[in-house]
Amino acid sequence: MRPWRSIAAWWTNFRASPREVRKERCIGGALMLTALSAISGLALITAFIFKEGVPIITKVGLGDFILSSNWYPLEGEFGILPMIAGSIAVTLGAMVIGVVFGLACAVLLTQFVRPGIVAIMKPSIELLAGIPSVVYGFIGVVILVPFIRDYLGGPGLSVLAASVVLGVMVLPTVTSISIDALQAVPRSFREGSIALGATEWQTTHGVVLKAARSGIVAAVILGMGRAVGETMAVIMVAGNTIDIPHSLLDPVRTLTSNIALEMGYSAGDHRKALFATGVVLFVIIMILNTIALTVSRRRAGKAQSR
Amino acid sequence: MRIPPRLTQQIAVTGMWILAAGTLGILVFIIAYVLANGLPHVTWGFLTESPQSMGRAGGILPMIVGTAWVTGLAVLIAGPIGVATAIYLTEYTREGRMTSIIRFGADCLAGIPSIIFGLFGFVFFAITLGMGLSVLSGALTLALMVLPTIIRTSEEAIRAVPRSYRDVSYGLGSTRWQMVTRVVLRSALPGIGTGIVLSIGRSISETAALMLTAGSALGLPHTIFDSSRTLALHFYIMSREGISMPNAFATASVLIIAILAINLAAYWLMQRFVAKVA
Repeated sequence: MRPWRSIAAWWTNFRASPREVRKERCIGGALMLTALSAISGLALITAFIFKEGVPIITKVGLGDFILSSNWYPLEGEFGILPMIAGSIAVTLGAMVIGVVFGLACAVLLTQFVRPGIVAIMKPSIELLAGIPSVVYGFIGVVILVPFIRDYLGGPGLSVLAASVVLGVMVLPTVTSISIDALQAVPRSFREGSIALGATEWQTTHGVVLKAARSGIVAAVILGMGRAVGETMAVIMVAGNTIDIPHSLLDPVRTLTSNIALEMGYSAGDHRKALFATGVVLFVIIMILNTIALTVSRRRAGKAQSR
Repeated sequence: MRIPPRLTQQIAVTGMWILAAGTLGILVFIIAYVLANGLPHVTWGFLTESPQSMGRAGGILPMIVGTAWVTGLAVLIAGPIGVATAIYLTEYTREGRMTSIIRFGADCLAGIPSIIFGLFGFVFFAITLGMGLSVLSGALTLALMVLPTIIRTSEEAIRAVPRSYRDVSYGLGSTRWQMVTRVVLRSALPGIGTGIVLSIGRSISETAALMLTAGSALGLPHTIFDSSRTLALHFYIMSREGISMPNAFATASVLIIAILAINLAAYWLMQRFVAKVA
């Protein structure tokens, strides 16, 4: 593959003293061990979350744990169906906003504007990702919640409020990964379509978006993962009542807020049940991550075979 | 009736502009709103005094110190590990099973929600290893959280260093390690710096994981085994419990200014790096 590189390396080894070669090997080994720390961290996290959470799931029974609506931790009843429903509701709501706004930004930035404007807009969208989630939650409480309460009814703290806040929070994720996917589409695709007489918009939605489809799917799924996992902002605007929501204006509690709200004062089985909530959350996230990784890897494979 | 393609294009582009302008509008609004309400309350005393009666009066000095400790320690731990991982992935091995395992680990770690990191840090660092709710537990948890960012940005930075640099270094008779430390790392430094700076930003913003690992003590931390409340958590507690709106806004302003400065620094480093290797 890289003949010059290997010849150079061979020559270096050839003229190096045995001591130098040994030193190089030690360095290589040490680097490899260090490089394993990310995967070891992941293994430790998995092990400890499951060790703490799984016993209570087996005690209650998996079916009862995820399908019962009775969460009375002090009486030993642990059913997290309302929280699962809550997480699904706010995530879907967030995706509607995050995907519409995020994709629009990505398409606009890659296909329709001059580089000068991109140089302003891209860092701004990255900045949006840097704003602390507590600040989003706070703005939600101070501005969005009263607005919903006054104009749409209900308590204000609601699925809708959480969806809007989360939507803005996942938007940068969706945008930046979609931008990568859109930029990976070969220029020739676009030029060919324009040369055939298509307008830029026809080219964008008929050719470029289609070619970048799997990357955009990965972006949406990773955005979903962020929405499911977000905690502080959701606690502040979602209302946190333990009921399955029936409308967009009902308050909800998500899996994440259940953990964060009750960890402070829980003990015994109650604390274990919160770890079990963490196990369910962890499994959902890992499924989403795996889908996103497989989809984007398939894309990488396709790009190489091209 | 068939709409002419030019018109469709105009409608679509206008629609996207409206959505993009809305996005930027939200950003500007958040920053302006927080700063307008908070900056008047950010005085020298606010930054250098300890809070009184749970934050109703006084300042935020212990939170600034706590945030600096937790963040600094997390980056000190994750930085070397992340850069070493990136060096291993780019210079010391070929693409194979080993690299895909390492990348899988980093990718998955990047997707795990902060509350899960918090649960883990709580049960592992605070309880199993006996560190308690402390700066150290919080920093170790944060280090795991920012590790994927540092690995990814360092790897990209190292890969962006032109091949010829390496060939010349080998040609002059350096060993691989000399080539990596004296040539590649030196050129990749601004790029690696971008990753580190972004990690600092992420650490400052983090709340959920630190709530469960660093605790929420109001006092000034004296050692890394003391519990310490960070700025973001202090802001959360103050606004959620309605302790003091002016002080909550002021704390948020400090947070926002820190994040703005960090993003500017990251942007500047990135520009320097691009200018250097291109």
